[in-house]
Amino acid sequence: MDNKRRKILKIAAATAAVSFTGLPIETFASYLPKIGKYVRSDKEKKAKQWGMVIDTRKFKTKEDFERVIKACHSIHNVPEDIPNKKQEIKWIWEEEFSHAFPDQENPFLAERYEHKDVIVLCNHCQHPPCVRVCPTKATFKREDGIVMMDFHRCIGCRYCMAACPYGSRSFNFRDPAPFVKHKNPKFPTRMRGVVEKCLFCYERLEEGKLPACVEASNGAIIFGDIFDPNSEISKVLRENYTIVRKPELGTEPCVFYII
Amino acid sequence: MLEKAFYGDKKYWSWVIFLLILIGIGSIAYITQLRNGLMVTGMGRDVSWGFYIAQFTYFVGVAASAVMVVIPLYLHNYKKFEEIVTFAEFMAVASVIICLCFIIVDLGQPQRLFNVLLHPTPHSILFYDMIVLNGYLLLNILISWNNLHADYRRVPHPKWTKVLAYISIPWAVSIHTVTAFLYQGLPGRHYWLTAIMAARFLSSAFCSGPAILVLLLLILKKLTKFDPGKEAIQTLAKIITYAMCINVFLFLTEVFTSFYSNIPGHKATFIYLFKGLQGHGNLIGWMWVMVVTGIACLVILIPSKFRNNPELLVVGLILLILATWIDKGLGLVVGGFIPNAFEKVIEYSPTVYELLIAMMVYSIGLLVLTILWKIGVGVKRELGIIPKQN
Repeated sequence: MDNKRRKILKIAAATAAVSFTGLPIETFASYLPKIGKYVRSDKEKKAKQWGMVIDTRKFKTKEDFERVIKACHSIHNVPEDIPNKKQEIKWIWEEEFSHAFPDQENPFLAERYEHKDVIVLCNHCQHPPCVRVCPTKATFKREDGIVMMDFHRCIGCRYCMAACPYGSRSFNFRDPAPFVKHKNPKFPTRMRGVVEKCLFCYERLEEGKLPACVEASNGAIIFGDIFDPNSEISKVLRENYTIVRKPELGTEPCVFYII
Repeated sequence: MLEKAFYGDKKYWSWVIFLLILIGIGSIAYITQLRNGLMVTGMGRDVSWGFYIAQFTYFVGVAASAVMVVIPLYLHNYKKFEEIVTFAEFMAVASVIICLCFIIVDLGQPQRLFNVLLHPTPHSILFYDMIVLNGYLLLNILISWNNLHADYRRVPHPKWTKVLAYISIPWAVSIHTVTAFLYQGLPGRHYWLTAIMAARFLSSAFCSGPAILVLLLLILKKLTKFDPGKEAIQTLAKIITYAMCINVFLFLTEVFTSFYSNIPGHKATFIYLFKGLQGHGNLIGWMWVMVVTGIACLVILIPSKFRNNPELLVVGLILLILATWIDKGLGLVVGGFIPNAFEKVIEYSPTVYELLIAMMVYSIGLLVLTILWKIGVGVKRELGIIPKQN
């Protein structure tokens, strides 16, 4: 009896020893925390605070809106046509002027303004309430002013959605994968139960490119560092009368509008 | 002492099994929600918190209300509350457990819950809510269990539980203040953005919680012959009445500010709730039931002649619980999201899944309460405070 047990133990030990030595060292290393250093590309665009000016006068046809929205949604794996409209995901979309700027509305507002469609997206506020309330720092403000999301840290409490006064945040009420028509393997897909939103194309800025919507807008959206007096956006802001959404809330949005 | 929970009559065990069945049914719904995501709920991008968070908010109030028994006993040496204080603290324990469960079932990624501890974030009010709720749970477990255990061993209560009881008084205030701060600090949600939110929460807590306690104690009296004492019940009823008057007063000041100032954003939710907005009005019926029950309960509770009548008191308390529950457990959270950030009305109503999962959480709370109260009754029976059964 004892002999038999000893034999079994011997075999087990030998098997374990063989299988362990046979494994590449990475197998064990994969359980250790990775302390890699992120190397910034020298092509990367840098800013103190990225901002955007949307020239609503240049959005004339339905096509102008669709082109911009599609440019964003197609490369960021944003699910389309989710059956329950209340639970859809939106990063950039069109909204009537009187809804996007409810505090600018008056009963005698000219109809061409009241029902005018404007593009809305995350405002990348200078004082973002969503960042203030997030209990895990899953959403945070980067050095260049982008309000960023960590999809892997988000616990899905949706406190940020309650805090955002612009309705810019979407929650994955269901697995988005079946509704992503053209998967872009270079950009992270999301799972159910996390919040997402526009990230100002941080991945394109890293490569020295402009955000996708800016590129597709044919000059209707100007993007740049609002704190750099020599940037194009600063020039546009100096020369035009611009408004932001809900300025009275003290969030200091970085998306400006020319009406 | 725990063994008292394992010796019960047929009625006790049928009740426990009944609750377990409800928990079982609810957990099937919860598993469905886990597998499919929160798409099974009625929530959406506009009303992003619903029934779960509203129930959480209501039960933070119920938990905090134990302090309405603790203050008279510990600060004013009001001995009539000596026998019911353990039951009140046990109810606080069950209520906090209900709160924590409602938070967990509302999460999109519950398995990442501990990210809140891994990445502590002191600028988030949820961080403080986690601390105060868990702290309050721990305080109440320590105080009630150790005091009861001292009774069980027929020795005087240890001194340190008295110190903890003193700490638990401001702590109870803190749990509901922090919960109100979750809402009242958000820009752009007009219905919540009011400095008296915390005060409203506390006043509604200090009437609804003790009201539930009194009803449960009366049920306990029927079932076990444990007599909470006529005077103790009447004192609690007085506390409930004052708190409800303050609660109604604070609500009316909100109505005044909104409508006299005539600021559209401040009026919008009130109009949606009581009259309907942009052709929508899911909650109108509920809100007017709240008005009627709120007035009716005060008519019963304010005159001492009515209040001291045991049957009328029960009716008054049920009406009060209904009114405060509609206010905080229905209108407050959902109303805050309507109209949405674009001044549009997108409505919400809970789905069957949400109701079943809420039933599961309620049943978990009731099961905890049943077991704790069973132990309490067992000890008190041994001490001769409750007459022995034949």
